[in-house]
Amino acid sequence: MTDVQTAVSSSIVVDAPIDRAFAVFTEDMGSWWPQEHRMLQAQESHMVFEPKQGGRAYEVGADGTECKWASVLVWEPPHRVVFTWEISPQWSLETDQAKASEVEVRFFTETDSRTRVDVEHRHLDRHGEGWESLRDAVGSPEGWPVELRSFAQRLAESSVAKGA
Amino acid sequence: MKAYSAPHVLDALGDPTRRAIFEQLGERPSAVVDLAERVPVSRPAVSQHLKVLKDAGLVRDVQVGTRRVYSLDPEGLSGLRDYLERFWGTALESFKKRVEAENEKEKREGEQHD
Repeated sequence: MTDVQTAVSSSIVVDAPIDRAFAVFTEDMGSWWPQEHRMLQAQESHMVFEPKQGGRAYEVGADGTECKWASVLVWEPPHRVVFTWEISPQWSLETDQAKASEVEVRFFTETDSRTRVDVEHRHLDRHGEGWESLRDAVGSPEGWPVELRSFAQRLAESSVAKGA
Repeated sequence: MKAYSAPHVLDALGDPTRRAIFEQLGERPSAVVDLAERVPVSRPAVSQHLKVLKDAGLVRDVQVGTRRVYSLDPEGLSGLRDYLERFWGTALESFKKRVEAENEKEKREGEQHD
């Protein structure tokens, strides 16, 4: 079991059979992924989730820009998928693989037409190392790095979206 | 671990003036007097807003000579867990709506074929 301090868990029960739940979650991810949490904000984009071990998840912008944000580590349809999370706390691309966290999604049959989906987003401490260096930067005369500003904006924007 | 909750953070940032102050502090640490020049409210109002942000764990202050300088609280921001918990909650709700709509559609189509 993962240390609770470095992971978050979320769970939901859906009225759909396990095969469909798995397919919509993965290959059809673009149909439900919150719009405000796309990597490509400046333009229309669609999401691609390659349904295989070693597959990539990425967004493709209208101008053809590709933005990869995950690699599929475990592909066990329709029960389990594990992928990396190459998105920094500032919701920008994390290019340093060592700082990527990991998401495990498990699907459980409750009845023929009902499925429980458990998400565990873990190893958040890998991002955390970045936070420590940010904390040091805060104490420096130069003040705050520009990334924090964008995170602050994201946080503010998401609170607006929530309130709407 | 700081004792603050995501709703608390959301409430604190629910006010447009407080968001403006928060974003200003994201650009650089500032004293009340500097902030009052950059947002359209009085100094006492700025102080009140800062108090709310501070209570929510988003902002901290240090005494520098005669000035009290406010900055974003990195510990507050590293409430990455709260942030992601909120994200996954929203995302899974959205997923549920979508998968159930798909499922209904399929069922209806299946019935038509029967």
